[in-house]
Amino acid sequence: MPSNITHNSGEPGHFVAELDDTPIAPIDSGLNEAQKPRSTWSDAWESMRKRPLFWISSALIALIVIVALVPNLFTQVSPIACDLAFSNQGPSAGHPFGFTRQGCDTFSRVIHGTQASLLVGVLATVLAAIIGIIFGAFAGYYGGFFDSALSRVADIFFAIPTVLGGIVVMSVFSEFRTPMLVAFVLAVFAWPQIARIMRGAVLTAKQSDYVMASRALGVSKFRVLLRHVMPNAIAPVIVVATIMLGTFIVAEATLSFLGIGLPPDVMSWGNDIGQARTTIRTSPMTLFWPAAALSVTVLSFLMLGDVVSDALDPKARARR
Amino acid sequence: MLWYAGRRILQMIPVFFGATFLIYLMVFALPGDPIAALFGDRPPAPGVIEQIRAEYNLDEPFIVQYLLWVGGLLTGDFGTTFSGQPVADELTRAFPITFRLAMLALLFEAVIGVAVGLISGLRKGKLFDTSSLVLSLLLISVPTFVMGFLLQFVFGVELGWFSPTVGPGAPWGDLILPAIVLASVSFAYIVRLTRSSVSENKGADFVRTATAKGLSRRRVVGVHVLRNSLVPVVTYLGVDVGALLVGAIVTEGIFNIPGVGGTIYSAITLGEGPTVVSFVAVMVIIIMLANLLVDLLYAVLDPRIRYAK
Repeated sequence: MPSNITHNSGEPGHFVAELDDTPIAPIDSGLNEAQKPRSTWSDAWESMRKRPLFWISSALIALIVIVALVPNLFTQVSPIACDLAFSNQGPSAGHPFGFTRQGCDTFSRVIHGTQASLLVGVLATVLAAIIGIIFGAFAGYYGGFFDSALSRVADIFFAIPTVLGGIVVMSVFSEFRTPMLVAFVLAVFAWPQIARIMRGAVLTAKQSDYVMASRALGVSKFRVLLRHVMPNAIAPVIVVATIMLGTFIVAEATLSFLGIGLPPDVMSWGNDIGQARTTIRTSPMTLFWPAAALSVTVLSFLMLGDVVSDALDPKARARR
Repeated sequence: MLWYAGRRILQMIPVFFGATFLIYLMVFALPGDPIAALFGDRPPAPGVIEQIRAEYNLDEPFIVQYLLWVGGLLTGDFGTTFSGQPVADELTRAFPITFRLAMLALLFEAVIGVAVGLISGLRKGKLFDTSSLVLSLLLISVPTFVMGFLLQFVFGVELGWFSPTVGPGAPWGDLILPAIVLASVSFAYIVRLTRSSVSENKGADFVRTATAKGLSRRRVVGVHVLRNSLVPVVTYLGVDVGALLVGAIVTEGIFNIPGVGGTIYSAITLGEGPTVVSFVAVMVIIIMLANLLVDLLYAVLDPRIRYAK
């Protein structure tokens, strides 16, 4: 035994035996001591990067974001330079998707419509996530009266489906319709979904030993929430938010299609589908292309959400 | 059970008032004059606005306005549409049609959705499973209104299998295609939900016990796996009533069905804000009742959940 003490002489008080000196050495021989323990996220990353679905959906989302940011990279044709002489004409050189009823280039409109649809989706998701995370975290963490009050409020918003709430508000505010308002209205009716999940995750996380350890070390209750509980409870929220982004894009398109979403002068897939519906029997393709763009976008976010949720759930990982 | 039902109904009361208050607040208290919005660009004759304001009780204090409105809702007075018809009359005419459409959609998604999900879950990783998963993802990502136009165009116009619009009186045969459209998204969710639930349950201890007892596979799957897997599906069906009613607005609009959704759809396109609000308020009440019904159904389905106290 004295040999161990002399071995670590530089660090007084470190009396742990070397692995080779203990009877458990053979068991641990396969252990790579240099490797750091992996976090949930690096674990999830290891699992995700092996799945083709992850790369397909990420690549699609990256492409959609680039299209939204720099639409001119993909088409030189102006989406608003329309000539009624071309009304509802089929594809021709330089106009792969043909023309809309107003004689606008369909391809160009699909490309330029990406921005508004994505903007509303992202804005609504960020808003819903901020409200949901704050309310959910506080309700789960502090509990008691605060929890029951917030849960009742969430119940009320939860009773009204997102699109239904959107219809009520947007059908009254015909003159203030902007992407910001649409996003705000959708987020107002969707945040309880995030809040419920956040609350559940925080309830689990606050039971953890590291939370008790931090509290025992004298860290303030609020600081523990910020530094330890929230980072460990955020994973399921990210999954739901990814999927929600897709549903928000559908919701915006539905409202625009009904004529109460984005104003008609904003180019969006929903508006274009709504306008193309009148000529669906003669030229179905003007409706098909924006609808296809919309569906591919939603599909990408759904697939990504699926893959992330599988990767974050060790049970699902083992089952696969 | 009775005690539980009573408690749930009591819990519903604040949610009801909260939700209707929220709708009322959003519509009548936010900036923007709903009455002025009724007239579009042309200013109305002087005095007309005052008359309408008095009619909608808009000159009373806010909370009184709300209470009058909710009182009307509770006594069946839902206000009048633009054409002067009582909303209640419209409702009694339109509701049975939407009810039939929604029932058909529910039947479709519940029966076929659960069946497909069950087979998928039992044969995880096989061809049937993979293809139904891909199909469900596709169905979820195609919005209802796109699906509506697509099926209407393909089966109604091109192939002529179904009537592209619904005739007067909405006969059952005409409702099949709209019901499939309406059910498509929820169908996909139910397939996925049943699949994951079945694949989790088929390895459960009680299933192994049932097999070990010598029960036939049919009984093991039908009684032990399926019944236990249905609990999350039933939960979803409750939430889904809301989704169906929202979807009905779009679907009934596309197929020209004179139901609740179709009425809301035309009210939206005509810009009749107050009519939309009254109809949506009724929809929200229906959704809350459906959720209550589903909560009570749990106890029947899952013997582990008993609301004894």
